[in-house]
Amino acid sequence: MSDADDADALQGLLADSPTTAEHLLPLLQRVQQRFGFVSPIAIRQVSAAFNLSRAEVYGVVSFYGDLRESSVGAHVVQLCMAEACQAVGCRALARHAEKTLGVALGSSTPDGRVHLEAAFCFGNCALGPTVRIGDRVYGAVSEARFNALMASLPRQP
Amino acid sequence: MTVRIYVPNDTGARSVGADDVAGAIDQQVRAHSLDAIVVRNGSRGAYWLEPLIEIDSVDGRVGFANVTPAGAVSLFESGAMPTVSHPSSIGLVESLPWLREQQRLMFSRVGIIDPLSLDDYRAHGGLTGLERALTLGRQDIVTEIKTSGLRGRGGAAFPAGIKWQTVHDTVAAQKYIVCNADEGDSGTFADRLLMDADPFQLIEGMAIAAIAVGATAGYIYLRSEYPHTIRIIERALGLARDAGIIGPSVLGSAHTFEITLRVGAGSYICGEETALLESLEGRRGVVRAKPPLPAHVGLFGKPTVVNNVLTLAATTGILARGGTHYASLGRDRSTGTMPFQLGGNVMRGGLVEVAFGISLAALVEGFGGGTRSGRPIKAIQVGGPLGAYLPASQWQTPLAYEALAAVGAMLGHGGVVVFDDTVDMGEQAEFAMAFCAHESCGKCTPCRIGSTRGVEVIGRLRRGEASRKNWQLLDELCETMELGSLCALGGLTPMPVRSIMAHFAGDLLSSAPSRALGEVTV
Repeated sequence: MSDADDADALQGLLADSPTTAEHLLPLLQRVQQRFGFVSPIAIRQVSAAFNLSRAEVYGVVSFYGDLRESSVGAHVVQLCMAEACQAVGCRALARHAEKTLGVALGSSTPDGRVHLEAAFCFGNCALGPTVRIGDRVYGAVSEARFNALMASLPRQP
Repeated sequence: MTVRIYVPNDTGARSVGADDVAGAIDQQVRAHSLDAIVVRNGSRGAYWLEPLIEIDSVDGRVGFANVTPAGAVSLFESGAMPTVSHPSSIGLVESLPWLREQQRLMFSRVGIIDPLSLDDYRAHGGLTGLERALTLGRQDIVTEIKTSGLRGRGGAAFPAGIKWQTVHDTVAAQKYIVCNADEGDSGTFADRLLMDADPFQLIEGMAIAAIAVGATAGYIYLRSEYPHTIRIIERALGLARDAGIIGPSVLGSAHTFEITLRVGAGSYICGEETALLESLEGRRGVVRAKPPLPAHVGLFGKPTVVNNVLTLAATTGILARGGTHYASLGRDRSTGTMPFQLGGNVMRGGLVEVAFGISLAALVEGFGGGTRSGRPIKAIQVGGPLGAYLPASQWQTPLAYEALAAVGAMLGHGGVVVFDDTVDMGEQAEFAMAFCAHESCGKCTPCRIGSTRGVEVIGRLRRGEASRKNWQLLDELCETMELGSLCALGGLTPMPVRSIMAHFAGDLLSSAPSRALGEVTV
């Protein structure tokens, strides 16, 4: 995808969005979804469209965990690290995931295939440990099930 | 007659393979040319049985628990519809003691109906609350909620009727209803299940609130961690609009009420009502100082009812059956029923709706059946990440707002997380502070700095460094956070920490027997 295509896509998202402040977060979420992160160029164009300072838009981007400032691995794999999953071994699962993927929580594999990170609660607290991959939530994730999930990830998303 | 085979379609059941099971059953039905259809219901919330398949019979719905795709194939291998006499049947689902002993009001339809069928919703009592509300005056609706004694289910337990009265009494050209569906507390999933399995109840509750206070617009702020729920609510809002439940004329009346869905962006603090309003307005989710209350100056500066999903849902039953009926359940000022959520290391985890006042032991051992690991229970955290860890000596405490407060705990949103004896409570104390540091909005110093200092102090205690000095420091730090924080995040993070200091001190001081208390290390 060329820079020009990206610029067109961003302009398309902006053209489809009202530009009052309450629509800023939904727009940034669409930018995140489309590009995988919110780039400095996107921040500049969004701030111009919304008549906000770049600092204001950057402030929103940096506040929310879902909005990233740079691109990450193709498949985002989130491990629930909150209490209910702690009670059923998510800390050991996280160590297993880090070891098998060869990366620490919060980082991506060198081949760019997987981004591994902690998250806090998917509302699946009776069926932990819980893992989210893309828009799918998986419960009762043992080390074996984790391995199977990783093996089933497509090479290209 | 076509037999219905129910395969749950909520986040929990799907997380353990319900979609594949539905596919396998569908294939079997066609392979054997059976006169049956697969219906995707919600979940009963009996998560230890998921995927829980139910098949219509003359006596009721017959259950088959923990079904796998391969198991689904063998259920149908005879070529006939499996019945209650099938060896892997768990009998009639309605007869399961775990369900029969609950008092489901809010969750009465959950798992029974197709969540996106308005016909099902109406057939099971849906919309009767809203229909009755339309026959009452606005003040009469508010009075009904006050009579019920309903308190906010999000965690703060503020009387809903008083909040509604305040917005009702405030004169403004525009008012809003905001549903807080940012259910971020670990160990809680009642909002999620209700939205997955009975979304129209929330929409109906919001419409009742809107009519009562004179609001014409509402927002649902739903967390992004619930991707399936987002899809369900989007579709439910579309169906409700098409059916005239919301829109320019609510059920054909003169009332206008529109609902907009907004999705959160991964911030726990946005579950705090003023941070949520900031987020809805397009800013960082930074907590606002109160006063002014959102009821006076809320979303876009207008009077706003901000209520949790369960609070709004409960109003439908209150309007349908009357506030007095609701107030007759529960104990003290904890009226009605509470959907408790049993999670963590528990054998029979899930959603247990009963009247307030059940003891923690009855909930965890009676309904929950003890730990999943089979090991002894060591601690039970009640009320999410800001709730206390209760030791065995406190498990007889009745689950009600007043009784829990009396032992230094809180009910919060009703999450109950069980830990077995392998848990290191020192690690849990450190996590409580670390979570606060991660999620703090940064506006007030006690929360922003205190949580980071808390992680450090607890770390030193766990390493056995200058125990007496650091113990006292942690005590003072907790007090500073409790008294000086702007909102409940900083103000309540000390609660789990203090409960561990009081009841599990050994874990906190643990590892370094060679160092005497008070010895200073550099």
